Amino acid sequence: MSMAYGGAVALTLKLAGLTTLLLLLLGTPLAWWLARTRSWIKVPVGAMVALPLVLPPTVIGFYLLVALGPHGPLGQLTQSLGLGLLPFTFSGLVLGSVIYSMPFVLQPLQNAFEAIGEQPLEAAATLRASPLDTFFHVVLPLARPGYLSATVMGFAHTIGEFGVVLMIGGNIPDSTRVLSVQIYDHVEALEYTQAHWLSAGMLLFSFLALLALYTLNPSGRRQRGPQR
Amino acid sequence: MKPAMEQRLHARFRLSHPGFTLQVNLDLPGSGVSALFGASGSGKTSCLRVIAGLTRSDPNCDACIVVNGDVWQDDASGLFVPVHQRAIGYVFQDANLFTHLSVAQNLAFGMTRVAPSQRRIALDQVVTLLGIGDFMQRQSGTLSGGERQRVAIARALATSPRLLLLDEPLAALDAQRKAEILPYLEKLHSELDLPVLYVSHAADEVARLADQMVLLDAGRVSAVGATRELMTRLDLPLAHGDGAGALIHATISGHEAEYHLTLVAFPGGRLRVASQARPIGQSLRLRVLARDVSLTLAPQVDTSILNILPVRVVALSDDSPGQVMVALDAGGTPLLARITKKSVDALALVPGRAVYAQVKGVAIVG
Repeated sequence: MSMAYGGAVALTLKLAGLTTLLLLLLGTPLAWWLARTRSWIKVPVGAMVALPLVLPPTVIGFYLLVALGPHGPLGQLTQSLGLGLLPFTFSGLVLGSVIYSMPFVLQPLQNAFEAIGEQPLEAAATLRASPLDTFFHVVLPLARPGYLSATVMGFAHTIGEFGVVLMIGGNIPDSTRVLSVQIYDHVEALEYTQAHWLSAGMLLFSFLALLALYTLNPSGRRQRGPQR
Repeated sequence: MKPAMEQRLHARFRLSHPGFTLQVNLDLPGSGVSALFGASGSGKTSCLRVIAGLTRSDPNCDACIVVNGDVWQDDASGLFVPVHQRAIGYVFQDANLFTHLSVAQNLAFGMTRVAPSQRRIALDQVVTLLGIGDFMQRQSGTLSGGERQRVAIARALATSPRLLLLDEPLAALDAQRKAEILPYLEKLHSELDLPVLYVSHAADEVARLADQMVLLDAGRVSAVGATRELMTRLDLPLAHGDGAGALIHATISGHEAEYHLTLVAFPGGRLRVASQARPIGQSLRLRVLARDVSLTLAPQVDTSILNILPVRVVALSDDSPGQVMVALDAGGTPLLARITKKSVDALALVPGRAVYAQVKGVAIVG
């Protein structure tokens, strides 16, 4: 692969890494709440965060573009906070990716938390562990396969996204031009050799990611993210 | 030290589920083993869970839980101590070990969370007591059911609890595994000065382990008292049916080595039991099932039955059709005999009558 793609590869990895990290941080409390609550809100909230599974990415991208734009509510907020406008920036891309990849991180975590059940938590409480202590020393270790699935699925899925990126990121080298967009450019320009290089690379990467997941995590097949 | 008067276990609360209400007001001695006994669905486990704080009692039911001076819940002052701040040891029905930890790590989990100044029970002591030294390094998932339960008991004890709560720790085990664990539970009783609440629906376990019993029936306490007394109270279902029997506290008084027999004495007389490798003077618990006791008006001499005790009839009560349960008094020790109605009439048995009890079988239960 020529060095010309270095920028796109680095950008893609940076986007996927940051998105996955943010999703694990945000997803942990949200998935924990979804796994434990008996509130009626659980169902609508669950449906809302699963929306990216069924919506065309361009729809998500479009609404994000409108909301983040100069006349959108989020755009006015970011402007008043002195952050400027997010569309066609890397930050905007991260925001879009977080929303788009949310279910792929959230659902493995929620499944893992639900599978743990009440019993280990009760045992920990009778052994003097406070709820927070229990979360870090019982729940997190027991949910490890779920975290592995969530990380691999969130990362791989963000790497593969295209529609959202194109809508709110555009195609700015070293800022928003990620691999999937680059491939699209090559095909548009009838540069099939280059498109092959990148596509084969992504194919190999995706396969290796899933291979690693299934090897490290034999039960992961039951806990992986949703299928599209 | 707290004054001796406070050495009580007090629990008063109400717990409502659809179609079921558990309402108790217990005041038990704060030492020894107390059994919560009853059929499944009678509320035994719920009772234990409320005392532990795992289940919240009904709001504003004036609940109050005090264990040897420690107030864990008091609705009157709005106090509710969370589970992890109560000095309890809790053993679940299915052990509930942490599968991501080894046996040693399971034991350390609770122990390290107790301040060193609060540790009264040493880890070595617990490991020896439950005989788990050989598998400390194993993963908890690789243990057998009996081993898991021993580790669970050890894990609870390692926190130096002020109250040990056991929720049918033997229920999930087969007879062989039960026999494997019972001796450890008995040692617990004799070696640690620790109040124990033991949930069970098996009369033989309770006879072996419990000093006092709480009988639960459909969410209500139907009787509280010494195990020995409740086992023979004819107004309770416990003293009826095939498994009914008396519990005798006796001491070893001699050995007849040539016959492989051991003599035991209790206030009502002496019994010969199968040879016991224990010294004279040691106490033991005997269980005499009602179906193994027959009655005669005069002492039999030409008989193979070794154990014949003079007793007095206390009360009679119908058992299964054609069968009568007879409560007997052997010099202060209650006994039960289950005989046919025909025999009752033939011997003209009435309360107060002096008769002889022929005991065909005695089980050593501790």
